[in-house]
Amino acid sequence: MLRRLAFAPALALALLAAPLAQAATFVFTAIPDEDETRLQERFQKVADYLSEELDVEVRFIPVNSYAAAVTAFRNDQVQLAWFGGLSGVQARERVPGSQAIAQGVEDAAFTTYFIAHRSTGLEPADTLPEEIRGMTFTFGSMGSTSGRLMPEYYLRERFGVAPDELFSRVGYSGNHSRTASLVASGAYQLGALNYTAWENEVEAGNIDPEAVRVIWQTPTYPDYQWSIRGDVDARYGEGFTDRVRQALLDMDDPELLASFPREGFIPASNEDYAPIRETGIALGLIDE
Amino acid sequence: MRYSPTVRTTLGFIALALLCLWFADLSITTVDPWRELTRLFLGLVQPDFAAVDFVGVAILRTLAFAFTGVALGAGAGLLLALAFRYRLTRTLCAFVRAIHELFWALIFLQFFGLHPLTGVLAIAIPYAGIFAKVYAEILDETDPHPARTLPHGTGWVSGLAFTRISQAWPHLVSYTSYRLECGLRSSAVLGFVGLPTLGYYLESSFAQGRYGSVGALLILFYLLIATIRLWVRPRLLPFYLIAAPFLLGGGMPIMWDNVARFFTEDIIPAPLRRGEGASGLGPWLSDLILHQALPGLWNTLVLTQIALVLTGALAMLLFPLISRHFTGRLGGTAGHLLLVILRSTPEYLLAFILLQLWGPSMLPAVVALALHNGGIIGHLLGQRSNQITLRADAPSGLNRYAYEIVPRLYGPFLALLFYRWEIIMRETAILGILGIATLGFFVNSAIQEIRFDRAMVLILITALLNIAVDILARRLRAHLRLRHSVQAQGC
Repeated sequence: MLRRLAFAPALALALLAAPLAQAATFVFTAIPDEDETRLQERFQKVADYLSEELDVEVRFIPVNSYAAAVTAFRNDQVQLAWFGGLSGVQARERVPGSQAIAQGVEDAAFTTYFIAHRSTGLEPADTLPEEIRGMTFTFGSMGSTSGRLMPEYYLRERFGVAPDELFSRVGYSGNHSRTASLVASGAYQLGALNYTAWENEVEAGNIDPEAVRVIWQTPTYPDYQWSIRGDVDARYGEGFTDRVRQALLDMDDPELLASFPREGFIPASNEDYAPIRETGIALGLIDE
Repeated sequence: MRYSPTVRTTLGFIALALLCLWFADLSITTVDPWRELTRLFLGLVQPDFAAVDFVGVAILRTLAFAFTGVALGAGAGLLLALAFRYRLTRTLCAFVRAIHELFWALIFLQFFGLHPLTGVLAIAIPYAGIFAKVYAEILDETDPHPARTLPHGTGWVSGLAFTRISQAWPHLVSYTSYRLECGLRSSAVLGFVGLPTLGYYLESSFAQGRYGSVGALLILFYLLIATIRLWVRPRLLPFYLIAAPFLLGGGMPIMWDNVARFFTEDIIPAPLRRGEGASGLGPWLSDLILHQALPGLWNTLVLTQIALVLTGALAMLLFPLISRHFTGRLGGTAGHLLLVILRSTPEYLLAFILLQLWGPSMLPAVVALALHNGGIIGHLLGQRSNQITLRADAPSGLNRYAYEIVPRLYGPFLALLFYRWEIIMRETAILGILGIATLGFFVNSAIQEIRFDRAMVLILITALLNIAVDILARRLRAHLRLRHSVQAQGC
């Protein structure tokens, strides 16, 4: 028995080494933002589409955090990723030569909603009201552009102090749907989230529109985008980056687009995200 | 009036917890949690098994990671146990087990990515540290006489196998199989950081508010844990162990460049990496310690202290539910069910439910930790109380509880509670991921910001804190002369 116990680990190690052999599969991932549960199923269809267009084997790998998506991109375990604004900048900073190639139609002018529980008595306005001082507030995920970076930027701009000085409590709910449900339950009085996620929650009937309302929306900023590593042309053939971009721009099947969810994709470049990078540096989330 | 040392220690702990209460933020801020809680409750009582048709694979992975990880950990632990008399081995083991599985997973994720090795090592490494300690204690308790009767020239391995291991065998096997149950829990929890086990689907269903799926996944998880005695049979074990490595699933390929980069670049403090030298290191470190490590440390200590005392109180209240001295057959079954649910529900989930109910403060975390750990200690105490035989004319009801059972159980109770002290502290790490500002919160923030240099310093501080608490608990146990078998301390 003892010998068998000792044998198993050795076997395990031998087997673990087996999948290391690398095939020239093109792998992509997407930050977990809307519905994480069926990611594999939904994105498999996107993978099949890309595989057909690009004539290489394409695989989708699900991740459950923004940081995991950035790490996979940096580690060359994925070559293409659907990032948020901030995670895209973080990822491209770490992979020389990588570029943003396409963004959603909606992403050129994305926005964040600030929502408030009914009990606060706050009304929609053109600026964030003074009354929010001392209330409780939740961001979404720490690495989110629409749930953390931009709302924090506009809070600092409006009030001149860090969120934890402005509010009596600051939380990080983890994702947009949770922000909505935590504000709806009054666990936090205020929250900030991705506007498409909010609209989905309301449409799905998960949120009582009587209990929570949008009180302010930020000016627009660029958000989600597809980023690709700089070394793919060398590995998958000359012009591969352009072919990937074209395949993304040509995607018009509503079923595929619903996974993101976007109307369609338009070209994007690294320069489009300079404002996000500067905001990230200003808030100390990105090192210069 | 002079109290016994046991009573004084108890009162001291309670006083300290009361003092912590004064510092802790425990306010209730929610105004109408009922809509969300109704949805949650409806989901839990109407589990939607059709929505989790993919779960077969997740269960398989959960089992495969647990078996492979525990087997590797046990193998390495046995080897380390043989060298446990060296201080270096003991320090190494204390260090590796002071770091939570989730943190090990987060570290390996950075360079192995979502490869099976990440999950296997995240279980195997801390478990090796635990196995080494317990195996060493078990081997130490064997009778040394058989070894002295060996003929001259007997090899070291044969001597070991035929004198000490053969004596300790039943204990080694029972501890290892019990640890397997812990491995299952750990394996499921690893899903929270992205490995393809049950926790992944549990966390994502929960995050998305798909409570029907949450209900179904939780029921499957309870079934898996509750039926463990039925399907883990000594005769089947070799079969499982051989099959497990094949069932880990593929993943992204490992690139050794990434491993090298992690150690030579990522974890090097930012000022050194930028070439500022030691002069930049001072401000970097003091900023990290002042703004993250110290507040995190304080919150971790306050949270742990309150949770520990509440755990103790709850365990004392819960154990009669499964004790034959207080309940009949039917009541006992119901009590068992309640305790299985309490100890199998991940604290993370409990804390999130309570967060909805009470709003953001330390309260949800305290209560979640106390319910989970109180369930475990209550279960162990209940089992122990069933070994007690009372006189036929023993009092019943409250008198039986206060004058017969509790005095007999109090020693083991304290011993168990001290064992759990360090475990509760390590568990505050998971709650940090929920946003309660413990050390775990700051570790997770650093990782989300992709600043592994900060994460490593914070993990190191967390490990040192756990080691310190472990030493303190051991001193207290020795001081109070609490002798209790380490083999039943709970996961």
